[in-house]
Amino acid sequence: MKIAVCVKQVPDTTARKELTDDFRLNRASLDSVLNPFDEYALEEGIRQKEAHEGEVAMVTMGPASAEETMRKGLAMGADRGVLITDSALAGSDIWVTATALAAALRSGGYDLILCGQESADARTGLLPGALAEHLGLPFLSYVQKLDIEGSQLRVRRQLSGGYEVISANLPAVVMVVKAINEPRYPSLKGIMASKRKQVTKLDAGGLGLEPASLGIAGSRTEVVAATPRPAKEPGRMLTEPPSEAAKLIADFLAENKVIA
Amino acid sequence: MDWKLDPEAQSVLDMVREFAEREVRPRAHDIDETAEYPEDLVRKMAELGLMGIPFPEEYGGAGLSYVTFALVVEELCKACASTGLIMDVNISLFGEPVWLFGTEDQKQRYLRPISTGEALGALAMTEPEAGSDAASIRTNARREGQSYRLNGRKIFITNGEKADFYVVTAKTDPNAGSRGITDFIVEKSWPGVSFTTHYEKLGIRGSTTTDIVFDDVEVPAANRLGEEGMGFKITMDTLDAGRIGIAAQAIGIARAALEEAVTYVKERRQFGKPIADFQGIKFAIADMATQIEAAQSLMLQAAYLRDKGIPCARESAMAKLYAGDMAMAVTDQAVQLFGGYGYMREYPVERHMRDAKICQIYEGTQQIQRLVVARQQLAALS
Ligand SMILES: Cc1cc2nc3c(=O)[nH]c(=O)nc-3n(C[C@H](O)[C@H](O)[C@H](O)COP(=O)(O)OP(=O)(O)OC[C@H]3O[C@@H](n4cnc5c(N)ncnc54)[C@H](O)[C@@H]3O)c2cc1C
Ligand SMILES: Cc1cc2nc3c(=O)[nH]c(=O)nc-3n(C[C@H](O)[C@H](O)[C@H](O)COP(=O)(O)OP(=O)(O)OC[C@H]3O[C@@H](n4cnc5c(N)ncnc54)[C@H](O)[C@@H]3O)c2cc1C
Repeated sequence: MKIAVCVKQVPDTTARKELTDDFRLNRASLDSVLNPFDEYALEEGIRQKEAHEGEVAMVTMGPASAEETMRKGLAMGADRGVLITDSALAGSDIWVTATALAAALRSGGYDLILCGQESADARTGLLPGALAEHLGLPFLSYVQKLDIEGSQLRVRRQLSGGYEVISANLPAVVMVVKAINEPRYPSLKGIMASKRKQVTKLDAGGLGLEPASLGIAGSRTEVVAATPRPAKEPGRMLTEPPSEAAKLIADFLAENKVIA
Repeated sequence: MDWKLDPEAQSVLDMVREFAEREVRPRAHDIDETAEYPEDLVRKMAELGLMGIPFPEEYGGAGLSYVTFALVVEELCKACASTGLIMDVNISLFGEPVWLFGTEDQKQRYLRPISTGEALGALAMTEPEAGSDAASIRTNARREGQSYRLNGRKIFITNGEKADFYVVTAKTDPNAGSRGITDFIVEKSWPGVSFTTHYEKLGIRGSTTTDIVFDDVEVPAANRLGEEGMGFKITMDTLDAGRIGIAAQAIGIARAALEEAVTYVKERRQFGKPIADFQGIKFAIADMATQIEAAQSLMLQAAYLRDKGIPCARESAMAKLYAGDMAMAVTDQAVQLFGGYGYMREYPVERHMRDAKICQIYEGTQQIQRLVVARQQLAALS
């Protein structure tokens, strides 16, 4: 079984983020990590490989430095990496990102393409669906359990009040949620072995993509404004005696529909 | 000296930080409270490959530097000083002497399993009448054909009873002083090996400390570590490396205390403002941070020399001496900055203070470190 896991390099979740003049994230100053949600997709890929044999490839689109963050995934147990990197891709929106990833995945002959639930930075959660659409493959979202039998896939989709069971034929694109597993830590063996694993770099030309269809030029959306969230208002300190304060708190919670 | 770690060592440290923060630290309070040996965490450390960091891959290790090993000990001890110690002793007090002085057969039988984590190691040197004066041991081993008969009693042994294998110091020639000492690798399961007292301790309460009695234990000659009479030298070399681990432990404990203190002084308000606004508090924080980093420099220097195969007795003694005293002072200061709350079990700083104390005692007391440093210093000037 050939498994591809789409992973994104994101700024360290604890880092303070700043926007550039054209409303893009200033990534230059930030420490980067593997998108935490993607560790669940990767863990699932590795577990499926352990159960069914085959290989796990990590695929990412991002700056050249993304190779560093991919090392963690290789240390966890992915067999190799594919990095799509090209200055022509700067400023790509979801449409273009999905186009580029689809171009890299199409020729790979993958049986299963796994994605995380959302990126920790842009957080649209739209990429996996867009990717399935570009590839013309079944799309299974919010998956909390995944079983493969032959060429059939059976998943549990997480719903707000329970789950539904869905099956599809492979190949398919699957977006997983955190409940699906507990990602492993890379072991020392894994870390030492990751040195010898390959990350293949692809540029637009290598993917057969026209520069005009990429980056800002190819994007179908444009960020026209970005406003930081207003600072949190200071809390209100209650100085009333406990019995009165408790009632005020209860009223406040009811008013805000936290309690009925 | 280049302190920049290579990318693999850095990845290892990143992983260990995450593991320590997420899995070890949340357990530290209970481990201390119940004096529970953290069996599950030891197993997880083994799965991650942390039990044999500096040993070659062919012996089940990771082939990383002693610097990396020391930094990992520091991170683990920052989360839980007991958990970090179990791994530190396995590697520095058992693995190191077997790796450096063992035969190929001994490395396969003993170094490999303790590196992969299938087994655990310990060092049994101290006796009721022989602590600082380690050459005055009475445990003896008498040659009988292809084996030795081992008799004696060791006390205060870390990983005692939990460890499967022990490097044991014994007299093979009672009249030859320190030159009459020989080291042996003894298995827990052998007839005549028993564990008597289990100690209740002030700190590092999750680490086991026991007495071991050897009652006419038959030790095959193939389990002698090094030549007859080399035992004292081997054990002193072991402690040169071991003290680097204790310095790392002390630094980890101190860093944990400083982190707690920094968070607390920013939150705690007195006289209408956070106490961190008072210069008297700021100075305390500055001193704690400076002392921690000074200790780190000494520790890294000693570990670096060890990696290069350069004798480091003086530097590792200095690192252990300074870091041990530093950890005691820094954790004491952290309790002080917490005021009355610091004295209470609910807050971790009193545990850090109790844990720090041991760093001034084991693997040679602070006085003994001073003797080691002074001996070298005086020899250099004469
Ligand atoms: C006009 C515009 C300009 C932009 N310019 C830039 C830019 O210059 N640089 C930049 O980094 N972003 C840029 N973005 C954001 C970028 O388009 C999105 O980050 C990207 O499309 C993925 O969307 P998302 O982050 O919301 O992913 P989500 O849909 O939230 O992610 C879900 C999952 O999809 C997969 N995935 C997401 N992104 C990638 C990826 N890059 N590679 C592999 N797998 C992935 C992961 O599995 C992830 O868990 C821009 C967006 C817009 C609208
Ligand atoms: C929790 C714990 C774990 C331990 N783990 C191990 C282990 O795994 N393996 C092992 O073999 N041992 C272990 N030990 C033993 C430890 O190394 C000894 O306790 C230590 O070396 C001190 O020996 P002692 O207790 O006999 O004290 P003593 O040697 O009796 O010392 C008493 C005091 O006299 C001072 N002193 C002694 N000689 C001199 C001198 N010449 N000049 C100035 N002052 C001097 C000492 O510094 C100390 O303050 C452990 C001890 C503890 C408490």
